[in-house]
Amino acid sequence: MFARLNYLVQLSHSHRIARRYFVTNGFDGVLAMLGLLMGFRVSGSGSLEIMISACIGAAVALFMSGLTSAYISEAAEKERELRDLEKSMLTSLSDSAHADAARFMPFLVAAVNGLSPLILALVVLTPLLLAQQQRWLEISPLDAAIAIAMFLAFMLGVFLGRLSGRFWLWTGLRALVIALLTSLIILLLNQFLMSA
Amino acid sequence: MSIVKRIVLDVLKPHQPNALEFARQLADLSDAYEVNLVVQELDDKTQSLMLTITGNQIDFESVSQHIEAMGGSVHSIDEVDVVSSETSA
Repeated sequence: MFARLNYLVQLSHSHRIARRYFVTNGFDGVLAMLGLLMGFRVSGSGSLEIMISACIGAAVALFMSGLTSAYISEAAEKERELRDLEKSMLTSLSDSAHADAARFMPFLVAAVNGLSPLILALVVLTPLLLAQQQRWLEISPLDAAIAIAMFLAFMLGVFLGRLSGRFWLWTGLRALVIALLTSLIILLLNQFLMSA
Repeated sequence: MSIVKRIVLDVLKPHQPNALEFARQLADLSDAYEVNLVVQELDDKTQSLMLTITGNQIDFESVSQHIEAMGGSVHSIDEVDVVSSETSA
């Protein structure tokens, strides 16, 4: 079963697509959480329960959006690829591994696209969830969650750097700068809105 | 009853699985199969192959089905070596 799945993944190059989706939608998840947390941080309002509910709501929305959008687009793309291949082969490929890949790989890619923002968002929210269970004492759970979001953004950049063969520290720092810039925009926007 | 010892097929297949994987999967159909694969023509999405399989008893149906399962299609049987079971014994 696993060998067959691996074969279909290699055959359709779905690992490359899934990897790309993991990074892009994972980054979306991290930045969305960072945005929400920064909003709570600068406004200074919101109980722990409200923060967790808002963040989990956003994470679930990202999960559903990632899952369905990737499935719809990948299924259409794989179907078109199969039809093009059938035209070149001048025969039906309905009993081939290519047809199986076109049927099943969109599910896998969609799962990666949906789960990556959800899992990364839950990792970001760990300090808040621990605080809710009264297992966090040392530092502010909100600050810790923001720090984790920054760290995950950096790590996704490092992962991209390793994939592309570029210097990992540079790509990691670039992703971190994007996260910092996001925080800065939220901060400035909040100040502007408060002063208006 | 006759036994197929060698068969040469003209096959059209997509680029994936690649020639090595394609030949490997056919060789794995039986312990005694030897597979020789020559890519004769390369197109945008397809490859034409000259596929030679040698073995003690080649099951053409199984080979053909497996080629189709990998997305290929047998265009023609170009050469065969067949012996009667008495000759083989």
